Amino acid sequence: MLPQTPKKTADTEKQKRALFQRKIDAGQKIEPNEWMPSEYREMLAYQLTQKIYTETIGMQPESCWVARTPTLQRKVILLAKIQDEGGHGLYLHGVAETANIPREKITADLHSGKNPYSCLLDYFIQTWGDIGAIGWLIDGAAICIQVSLQRTSYGPYARSMIRICKEENFHQRQGYQIMIALARGSAEQRKMAQDSLNRWYWPALMIFGLPDDQASHLKDSMKYKLQLYSNDTLRQKFIDQTVPQIEYLGLEHPDKNIKWNEERQHYDSGDIDWNKLSSIVKAHSSCHARPRLQHHRKVHAEGSWVREAQHAYRQKQIQRKLNAAA
Amino acid sequence: MAPQVAKKDLSTHTLRYAVRLGDDALILGQRLSEWVSCAPFLEEDIALANVALDYIGRARMYYQYAASLSPHHKSEDDFAFLRGERDFENYLINELPRGDFADTIVRQLIVDIYNFHYLSALRHSKDQALAAIADKSHKETRYHLRRSRLWTVRLGDGTEESHQRMQRAIDEIWGYTHELFTQDSLEQLLVEKNIAVDTASLRTQWFTDISATFQEATLTLPDTEWAIHGGRKGYHTEYLGRLLSEMQFLHRSYPGCQW
Amino acid sequence: MAQSNVQLFEVFIRLKNGLNHQHVGSLHAENQQQAMDYARDCYSQSDELGNIWVVQSENIVSSQKEDRDSFFSVSDKPYRHASHYTLPDEIKNM
Repeated sequence: MLPQTPKKTADTEKQKRALFQRKIDAGQKIEPNEWMPSEYREMLAYQLTQKIYTETIGMQPESCWVARTPTLQRKVILLAKIQDEGGHGLYLHGVAETANIPREKITADLHSGKNPYSCLLDYFIQTWGDIGAIGWLIDGAAICIQVSLQRTSYGPYARSMIRICKEENFHQRQGYQIMIALARGSAEQRKMAQDSLNRWYWPALMIFGLPDDQASHLKDSMKYKLQLYSNDTLRQKFIDQTVPQIEYLGLEHPDKNIKWNEERQHYDSGDIDWNKLSSIVKAHSSCHARPRLQHHRKVHAEGSWVREAQHAYRQKQIQRKLNAAA
Repeated sequence: MAPQVAKKDLSTHTLRYAVRLGDDALILGQRLSEWVSCAPFLEEDIALANVALDYIGRARMYYQYAASLSPHHKSEDDFAFLRGERDFENYLINELPRGDFADTIVRQLIVDIYNFHYLSALRHSKDQALAAIADKSHKETRYHLRRSRLWTVRLGDGTEESHQRMQRAIDEIWGYTHELFTQDSLEQLLVEKNIAVDTASLRTQWFTDISATFQEATLTLPDTEWAIHGGRKGYHTEYLGRLLSEMQFLHRSYPGCQW
Repeated sequence: MAQSNVQLFEVFIRLKNGLNHQHVGSLHAENQQQAMDYARDCYSQSDELGNIWVVQSENIVSSQKEDRDSFFSVSDKPYRHASHYTLPDEIKNM
């Protein structure tokens, strides 16, 4: 480091904030090691850890169907998709490291229960149709959000989202293709498709978070461009795009009273139970049994001897080098 | 025998040989895929999934080739999902449960070294399709072997616990390795025709390689005498039936459906 | 290395916020601090708000040519690309 003479007139917090906001407003990216307001850092940390949990814990639910896929082609697709999720967890861990949030802490805070994770991840994947519906609807909803986050203000985060979107572009399609096959298939298969659609449509809407008027951090999050569109805006986009997709499948829309609103040029949802949705989104850690968390803890504990061996081996190698040099 | 009949016989034999190789790859790939979201850390989770993908991809290539030789318009999925325990002719080592990480690494080391030499030889098969599959697979196996070697050394020469786990894994699996070097009349015939690999000829090199890695890893070769055979005849451990019943359940539950 | 009093460093520059760092070249320097100073002198001619990384070259591990085939085999996994999944014409926006 070059010796830097401390500025006599150190910027006040207020000035720094003003400058920071000007950068954001001008569409500039914030890069690691740059000054940022504490609440920006906190919101970023929260978003990143949540996304990391979604990707890494999100590997679990689908992995229980890898062994049972109906064809070999489906097996490699599903494996590749789950593997991507792990990879994207890794990208996001990399982003978190740039914000000084080490992986160990993210894992420890999950295991201790300090950090919540979306309880959607604990829903059971009951049938093969669920694998289709998850790819189509849950990944589809996540992609809506991720596409917008390619323009988020934190540089490493935005760059990771660009890579993630590029790689995930097949996730939704493979899910929809499963649904097409089921919808065109036997009566039993169509039933399976309808059942999965009925169960996963509503959770998909929850991915977008609380309704705008109840989302306490939304304003700040948008001010700082950690979120580019409001929860309801993105949710509406998803609702609109999903209607023709359901129609094409020839399945019944789970929202029996969904209606096109000519004036708004959007669909009006009929049956969303906002109270239920809010309570589920808010409930996080307490909603029900947490099989994925238990599994994560168990696997982490089971792997400890491997990680210890790695460490011990490295220490031995260092010692051997020293001994050889001596 | 008229030349035409001989040709047809050869094609039937090659088909069966390709299916066997597909069975080896599929069953091991299925076992490896059980590691998804169960590995000791994230990078390893992704890496193991990659190896599993390679094996399942490999199975598909063998089955697709077998399907092309089949007079009954079979598909890759017919081979994977519509055959029972007796029809699978994979080596038993591939069907053993995934066990802990040590079990998996030891099996992978054994199989990777074996495949490294096996595929090297199969690349020169007179059967062009098998040679092409071998060529592609060999590239993957080179990478798999890097991994299993590194891990064997790390775990063998890591902590007391990791060493013990590795040694136990070796002792428990060793009897399954002998089968890899014995061949039935079908394969012997194909060896004569320069189509199949003569596995007996790989044994010395395989043994040298694995001994070297074990030595570096401070692990010892077991002196146990037991050896178990049967995979190539369709006689399996009870683990295979369970694996198949899980793998095939959906496909068999809805006969004739498209997915 | 010809001169043992210096070490080789690789220089990565991000021209402006939002972009990735890019490798721009290498230089000789005594230590990290000097490498950073030289990187500024030799490689950063832009007025933009940039960022420089210097990494000692020996700390970079490179894949080998002979590994290429076993490291890069994505092309044989067409199912990893959206184009592998043909969608009906009726479905836009996916």
